[in-house]
Amino acid sequence: MNSENKEFTDLLDAIRYVYGYDFTDYSEASVKRRINNFMTNRKIETIDMLGKVILKDERLFEEFIQDISVTVTEMFRDPAFYKSLRNNIIKRLATYPFIKIWIAGCATGEEVYSIAMLFKEEGLLNRTLIYATDINQKSLQIAKEGVYPLENMKQYTSNYQKAGGKMSFSEYYIAKYNSVLLDKSLKQNIVFAAHNLAIDKSFNEFQLIICRNVLIYFNQKLQNNVINLFYESLCPFGFLGLGNKESLLYADKKKHFQDVDRNEKIFMKNE
Amino acid sequence: MKMINADKKLGAIVIGTSAGGLTALSILLEKIPPIYPLPLIVVQHRSKDQKTLLEEVLQPKCKIQIKQADEKEKIEKGIVYIAPPDYHLLIEKDLTFSLSCDELVLYSRPSIDVLFESAAIAYKDGLIGIILTGANSDGAAGLQTIKKHGGITIAQSPAEATFPRMPSSAIDNGGVMYILTLKEIQEIILSYR
Repeated sequence: MNSENKEFTDLLDAIRYVYGYDFTDYSEASVKRRINNFMTNRKIETIDMLGKVILKDERLFEEFIQDISVTVTEMFRDPAFYKSLRNNIIKRLATYPFIKIWIAGCATGEEVYSIAMLFKEEGLLNRTLIYATDINQKSLQIAKEGVYPLENMKQYTSNYQKAGGKMSFSEYYIAKYNSVLLDKSLKQNIVFAAHNLAIDKSFNEFQLIICRNVLIYFNQKLQNNVINLFYESLCPFGFLGLGNKESLLYADKKKHFQDVDRNEKIFMKNE
Repeated sequence: MKMINADKKLGAIVIGTSAGGLTALSILLEKIPPIYPLPLIVVQHRSKDQKTLLEEVLQPKCKIQIKQADEKEKIEKGIVYIAPPDYHLLIEKDLTFSLSCDELVLYSRPSIDVLFESAAIAYKDGLIGIILTGANSDGAAGLQTIKKHGGITIAQSPAEATFPRMPSSAIDNGGVMYILTLKEIQEIILSYR
């Protein structure tokens, strides 16, 4: 191992030891890139120096966590995924008297509200509870507020329509200056909470777990652990929705799931 | 092309392009034999609403296998890997792919810089980086990183490129070792067999 690499793994070990955040099983290339961006923006020249400052300065560490764990998302990203949820699993979920959903790695909440809209339109939202979790506190704060840039609405409206939306998308928000405030009734059945997939355990049993474009940031070992966590957290015949490019290919529990929609990466727990 | 030492031990070739890239890539890849000692990894900027995938367009024109790079897939020689639409493509030290949905870089996802920079770290001096025709400056920083790690860097001659901005930016940025025509780049690729 060369010295630059040792510095890098030492940094992640120190962060885990001092702050309890574990990035050691993240995809290294992405984490390195984010750490490099953080260093460039803060004019910190070496990893060694970065370690010295963030291990002492808790506020800077908060910013560091926020920068390197932020994920980019949009409403109804990959409309075909939502269309498939609507066509393939809503009817089955409707047979439950009460539906619990976990959206893991919800980032700034765009997907959470997309799901809430979909369930509202299908008449299920009032008996659904959505747990939306993320590692990043600042992202969760944005998610809770439900205020988004107006400039994104054109893209979201187009996504919404492609996803089979039944209303006019503009009915879901009030525009003010350059922002939109989402319809507050969408929030009623959503609980936003911090959860770290790399270290935290199962906390409930769900009929549906959605975790899209989060596993790609983890190495195979952590991906496998997280799939195990989802398996434990799903009720029998519960559903799991992953990102477009994610799969159960390398997971130990692969055989315990069956495809519901192979293209859209929607799976059902076997028993 | 005597300047480039064909005996140098190589791990991969990475290629970045945007506007005009489909034609340039077709020319560059069509003659590569199905058994080839290196992987080639390609980022082309395309609209995410394109109906056909780049690999589907290129495969009928080429002898070498062309496929979309999969998450955590092991990189094998003799395959042209294409970055999937709307994801950044990165290379891990263990020579597998990672994808990311991080923010756009220079208005682009996939970003050439993101691929090139991670490839430079993974392959060090065993890498050739090539920038072809394109209408923005993505790839300029990435080529410089490849050069810094001891790899070989090539830009398509702006005079020949359908859209010269991308190779010109790379040249202006100082990361380009060789400015060549498509035909000359093709010869270099074919000299590794």
